[in-house]
Amino acid sequence: MFDNLSEKLDKAFHVLKGHGQITEINVAETLKEVRRALLDADVNFKIAKDFTNKVKEKALGQNVLTTLQPGQLMVKIVKDELTELMGGDAEDVNLSGNPSVILMSGLQGSGKTTFSGKLANYLKSKKNKKPLLVACDVYRPAAIDQLHVVGEQIGVEVYSDRGNNDPVAIAKAGVAQAKSLGCNVVIIDTAGRLAVDEQMMAEIANIHKAIQPQETLFVVDSMTGQDAVNTAKAFNDVLNFDGVILTKLDGDTRGGAAISIKSVVDKPIKFIGTGEKMEAIDVFHPSRMADRILGMGDVVSLVERA
Amino acid sequence: EKSKSSFFGKLGKAVAGKSKVDDEVLDNLEEVLVSSDVGVNTTLKIIERIEERVSRDKYMGTDELNTILREEIAGLLSETHVGESTEISIPTDKKPYVIMVVGVNGVGKTTTIGKLAHQFKNKGLKVVLGAGDTFRAAAIDQLQVWADRVQVPIIKQKMGSDPASVAFDTLNSAVADQADVVLVDTAGRLHNKVNLMNELSKVKRVMQKVVPDAPHEVLLVLDGSTGQNAFEQAKQFTKATEVTSLAVTKLDGTAKGGVVIGISDQFKIPVKYIGVGEGIEDLQVFNKYEFVDSFFKM
Ligand SMILES: Nc1nc2c(ncn2[C@@H]2O[C@H](COP(=O)(O)OP(=O)(O)OP(=O)(O)O)[C@@H](O)[C@H]2O)c(=O)[nH]1
Ligand SMILES: Nc1nc2c(ncn2[C@@H]2O[C@H](COP(=O)(O)OP(=O)(O)OP(=O)(O)O)[C@@H](O)[C@H]2O)c(=O)[nH]1
Ligand SMILES: [Mg+2]
Ligand SMILES: [Mg+2]
Repeated sequence: MFDNLSEKLDKAFHVLKGHGQITEINVAETLKEVRRALLDADVNFKIAKDFTNKVKEKALGQNVLTTLQPGQLMVKIVKDELTELMGGDAEDVNLSGNPSVILMSGLQGSGKTTFSGKLANYLKSKKNKKPLLVACDVYRPAAIDQLHVVGEQIGVEVYSDRGNNDPVAIAKAGVAQAKSLGCNVVIIDTAGRLAVDEQMMAEIANIHKAIQPQETLFVVDSMTGQDAVNTAKAFNDVLNFDGVILTKLDGDTRGGAAISIKSVVDKPIKFIGTGEKMEAIDVFHPSRMADRILGMGDVVSLVERA
Repeated sequence: EKSKSSFFGKLGKAVAGKSKVDDEVLDNLEEVLVSSDVGVNTTLKIIERIEERVSRDKYMGTDELNTILREEIAGLLSETHVGESTEISIPTDKKPYVIMVVGVNGVGKTTTIGKLAHQFKNKGLKVVLGAGDTFRAAAIDQLQVWADRVQVPIIKQKMGSDPASVAFDTLNSAVADQADVVLVDTAGRLHNKVNLMNELSKVKRVMQKVVPDAPHEVLLVLDGSTGQNAFEQAKQFTKATEVTSLAVTKLDGTAKGGVVIGISDQFKIPVKYIGVGEGIEDLQVFNKYEFVDSFFKM
């Protein structure tokens, strides 16, 4: 839809040629285009507004370089601002505990169980760890079976207790099991839950309290729209999570939810999911994400070279 | 309810007695719609329609504007047959009536099938499920749990087997048992994966070897919390399978699912169901006025 953002920006800046400066008047049209691009990418309405105001401040009074199209200069400002907003280099998970306990959280279907498997596989093969997966979703049909299949695929032990419907007890028993098996990482898979479901939010708060994880991760579908801010905020209020996982980025979503979440909870995005297979995990790169949200990787690298 | 009335209250004050909606109202409206995932394009279209109506009808108070808003937004939602209920009705002359359920990963396909099977069974129909997701871990077990809950038969093969072959078996079994409705589950797939989209077309073709006009319905399930990407989902799934109806899930949360307005308008596909929970009863027939009203509630 906005693959040609820079083209549009150039057009918006047409009048500017020869004037050499970005002013309040000639920047308005451009900012409208930027805001539109952000909204089309699912950046939250209010955050997009704040963001364009910030860009405006940066842009006002800047000299338009003669070697660049003014639109491209704007794109550079936008992209730098966006990258900064999304944080520095990727952060790894905290593995300081013995065992290190990692708690997964998120909405239904966001990709928690799949990511639990991917993370276990990553820690096992790349960090030489011995993980244990713990099945605390006692609600979703066949959730326990799903985690067992995943564990089998990657050769990682899974702890479950089918007769038990108390996730807090299962989580605690899982951590104890890890100790007796000599596992140094425990990954707790939990049921999907809505932020407005008080009972379920209390449940995960209780799991969190009982096992005191080193790392609590919030798993979110990268196709999420405007609601991402509400959900991220609600989960963070309850769990004060340590990091965000963005899944399903192998699709063609712009993934503007990433900015929304980052702005509202200011927690690092640690990993991304890029497929259904266990190997489809990658560290997060803020500048690549900025390119993606703007849908204009090529143009940006052009600007950077100039 | 409170913020709903306050939005309309504000709206009313700003337009009462005017023949033109002023910018403040339009800004408010834009915020409500975009924040409901309606998207910029569709929002502009709605605003244009409101402006047109207002300039044509001249005077208006709060109530009229309220009505116009609902009418104009709801007007974009496509219908199957005017005046008829939106739920899937099973014609008696097409037996078995085959419904294939498709969508991207994790949107709620399998759950929606369980809920639908329950509804059809309650109407006295004979239902068969087909476990066409042979890829995702324990997908077959998940559908089996639903089949047990609803107490309907399920046709399945081993994990990793050909989904087209499962669909073929399912239809054969449904024909032999004189079933009324067949619900075929499929693996979640992102719409930009060409091979996986081709696989769906193949499942369709193989079904037609048993029931020539199958599938009678292709139900695309959209996650209500999905943003503008749902457009591309609708586009690509329609291309691969000729989607006939939509279901929007997870509307029991705070997400509004507004993106379906533009989708329904552009692709002329009716929304038939909404998912409002994980339980067997949590599937409702779509009501467009209630849906639109939900944007104005907090
Ligand atoms: N394409 C793609 N699919 C993914 C990715 N991560 C997860 N999935 C798929 O998304 C669907 C949901 O994943 P799950 O891991 O079951 O999600 P969950 O959060 O555990 O779901 P609940 O337990 O029901 O809340 C499955 O079909 C997964 O295969 C990803 O990065 N890319
Ligand atoms: N709150 C809520 N959860 C839902 C709804 N519909 C489905 N879910 C949940 O969403 C998650 C994913 O649902 P599934 O039915 O497995 O989704 P799917 O599309 O079959 O997923 P894949 O086969 O992995 O692509 C499960 O945890 C369901 O319980 C709904 O309307 N509301
Ligand atoms: Mg799960
Ligand atoms: Mg499924």
